[in-house]
Amino acid sequence: MTYSSILIQFLNGLASASSLFLVAAGLSLIFGVTRIVNFAHGSLYMLGMYVAVWLGERIGFWWSVPIAALAVGAFGALVESALLRRLYAAPELLQLLATFALVLVVKDFALWAWGPEDILGPRAPGFTGAVTIAGLQFPEYDLFLIGFGPLVLGALWLLLTRTRWGTLVRAATQDREMASALGVNQKWLFTGVFALGAFLAGLGGALQIPREPATLLIDLSVVSDAFVVVVVGGLGSIGGAFVAAFLIAEIKAFCIGLGLSQFTLVVEFVVMAVVLVIRPWGLFGRMPALARGAGAVEPPLVAPSPAALKALAALLAALALVPVVSGGYTLVLLTDILVFALFAVSLHFIMGPAGLHSFGHAAYFGLGAYGAGLLLLRAGAPMELALLLGPLAGGLGALVFGWFCVRLSGVYLAMLTLAFAQIAWSVVFQWDAFTGGSNGLVGIWPASWLASKAAYYYITLLTCAGGIALLWRMLYAPFGYALRAARDSPLRADAIGLDVRALQWAAFTLAGLAAGMAGALYAFSKGSISPESLSVPRSVDGLVMVLLGGIQTLTGPLWGAALFTWMQDAVARGIDYWRAVIGAVILVLVLAFPQGLTGFLRQRFAP
Amino acid sequence: MTVLAARNLSKSFGGVQAVRGVSLSVASGELLALIGPNGAGKTTCFNLLNGQLAPDAGEIEFEGRSLRGLAPREIWRLGVGRTFQVTATFGSMTVRENVQMALLSHHRQLSSLFARAAQRHVAAADALLERVGMREQAGRPCAVLAYGDLKRVELAVALANQPRLLLMDEPTAGMAPGERGELMQLAADLARGSGIAVLFTEHDMDVVFAHADRIVVLSDGELIAQGSPQEVRANAAVRAVYLGSHA
Repeated sequence: MTYSSILIQFLNGLASASSLFLVAAGLSLIFGVTRIVNFAHGSLYMLGMYVAVWLGERIGFWWSVPIAALAVGAFGALVESALLRRLYAAPELLQLLATFALVLVVKDFALWAWGPEDILGPRAPGFTGAVTIAGLQFPEYDLFLIGFGPLVLGALWLLLTRTRWGTLVRAATQDREMASALGVNQKWLFTGVFALGAFLAGLGGALQIPREPATLLIDLSVVSDAFVVVVVGGLGSIGGAFVAAFLIAEIKAFCIGLGLSQFTLVVEFVVMAVVLVIRPWGLFGRMPALARGAGAVEPPLVAPSPAALKALAALLAALALVPVVSGGYTLVLLTDILVFALFAVSLHFIMGPAGLHSFGHAAYFGLGAYGAGLLLLRAGAPMELALLLGPLAGGLGALVFGWFCVRLSGVYLAMLTLAFAQIAWSVVFQWDAFTGGSNGLVGIWPASWLASKAAYYYITLLTCAGGIALLWRMLYAPFGYALRAARDSPLRADAIGLDVRALQWAAFTLAGLAAGMAGALYAFSKGSISPESLSVPRSVDGLVMVLLGGIQTLTGPLWGAALFTWMQDAVARGIDYWRAVIGAVILVLVLAFPQGLTGFLRQRFAP
Repeated sequence: MTVLAARNLSKSFGGVQAVRGVSLSVASGELLALIGPNGAGKTTCFNLLNGQLAPDAGEIEFEGRSLRGLAPREIWRLGVGRTFQVTATFGSMTVRENVQMALLSHHRQLSSLFARAAQRHVAAADALLERVGMREQAGRPCAVLAYGDLKRVELAVALANQPRLLLMDEPTAGMAPGERGELMQLAADLARGSGIAVLFTEHDMDVVFAHADRIVVLSDGELIAQGSPQEVRANAAVRAVYLGSHA
């Protein structure tokens, strides 16, 4: 690389940093005041892009940018007042889930409105040319973006420090309850902040139009980038978001400039990991204040009654008899349900008793699936061996990622798990030669003795029931008790000799192993795997299953998995916009049953 | 016998010297109260002793062994029990399970994946609960207990590893006046009965003077007096700090 090309890459990075900063600053502001991590923030960015492209053709680029941003801001205000406002008292997880549902709904809305193809936007009039810098061409528009980022930072700073509204925002960020006790009207403040955050995301998207096409895939990639920025910079710190956006964008620019674009995510991951190890709350972040009154306390774990054990045994017997009376499609659906039951129980294992809220559990499911598939296809292992060893890939992934994850808690942990899952997905998605890239792998069939649907159903039933039984057994063991102890009171756990991190790390790895087992079974049941198996939506599926069934019960995830898998199967076959339907169903469930189905039933019919 | 000895402890935060050159020791079976007006450095000093904070200078020894660089959980393993100002118990467990948890940890059985935790150490847990008068409520969830009862559970948990030193941070904070004397009497009886050294901080001077064998007084981060309750009561410097210089 010559000095001039280094300079150009540096400028490229600066230009990208501006958009990234706008998104991350909005995310940070919203979190600071409402304590909601808005997973739909990338969707707002995507909306900004599409609206700006659509408007740009009609009224010109420069008018379309502010109008698109204002429209997204108004949409944000609507979302906050119609939906999120009802959830501020709900457990954190449900809030996150609700914003996830929004991701699904917005994505299908964009698909319906603008179609599946990427759309190229107009160029920015007045900035269509290029300037010569150190002998190399550099787009004028990128220079404009480089100046625009600091301008917004300055404007935000003035807004937050020089206006009454900004003072209220800072007060609410520091101590929400105190601000409310002093008579701050929270309703308007929250709506206003959410609208501002959405406006910034929309603006970031709209401004990106001359540089890259609008695409439906941008939502999750932007939000995971924004998470990395916010985690590195420190939640709630606008200045931190600026510095971290600069850092991350420069890293990306130089990786691409050096022709190492496939390493971008790995380097990003390394930077984030280093920052988190040195400063767990980000460069400019502070340790989050403990939430007051964080939800209902779980009732003690009681040993299953003989009646409950009999019921489970009867269920197992009934499941074992299914191939005798039925075949074909029922078996395929039941195989899916069993696989996802194991996946959901493994997620519940860390989310419930261990209190580690993972938003990227599909990473370990997918790693298990790819582990099995790659062993079979690339290493030529027999199917039985691939099924047995494939899950180790999930366990290994969880071992590595988990080391970082257990150093954090709460929303930081949720964001980090999601970012890791997105990284795992990107590696699989981009590594064409090894993983088959976006096409995935085909020809992953079971050995001949397992080839019939009934035989594969039986091996799945045996493995999943066994895996679930083992995980449950561990929760009744000293290890499971220690996990709950560490969740209930880390302070007390530490004071009676529990190594909280080591316990959680072990739990994270075990759950990853179990999820990997589910993934490997899934791969052989379908005959193929695609990157979708470790995508963020798959992680969300797991969350929905656990929360739908009820996180405070052991059997909840089973019913959640059964209901959700069946529902997805029924809906996906019948409806084009099934994502939106699922999203809408999640929203309704979150609003109606904040304790999950089993929690709701228990509350309703408790003696 | 000296159980805990601290020499020349110092700690500052930013420019503020919270603790300056404090030395103290506790002997087995002795109840030592650490007192001082607000901002005197009690909490900082206490957190230095329990391993929550690392001192800038000075040395802490437990039974002759330096505690430098040890995490709270490692200090516990040596035989130091703790209770907190705001009770910290496991809300999703029963009273008995809270104590069983400490016993499982004491016996290093935490990594056991398949044993039934609820069936381990039941008799030992019940015996500990008997000692603090919580045997009858052993099966109740901790989340529903009255505050005074939670304090008793914490005491039972703290005693589970047969500690030689008990660190109690504001043991009677948040309790009704009647209950305070009762709880402190219980702690004192248990400590004297089994020769445990007790170091506690306390706001309630009635509790301090009724139960402490010896009192250490901090002011402005420095140790200004120590001795028996009578000596401390008569000490001019202490009177000046607590009652103002004209008293």
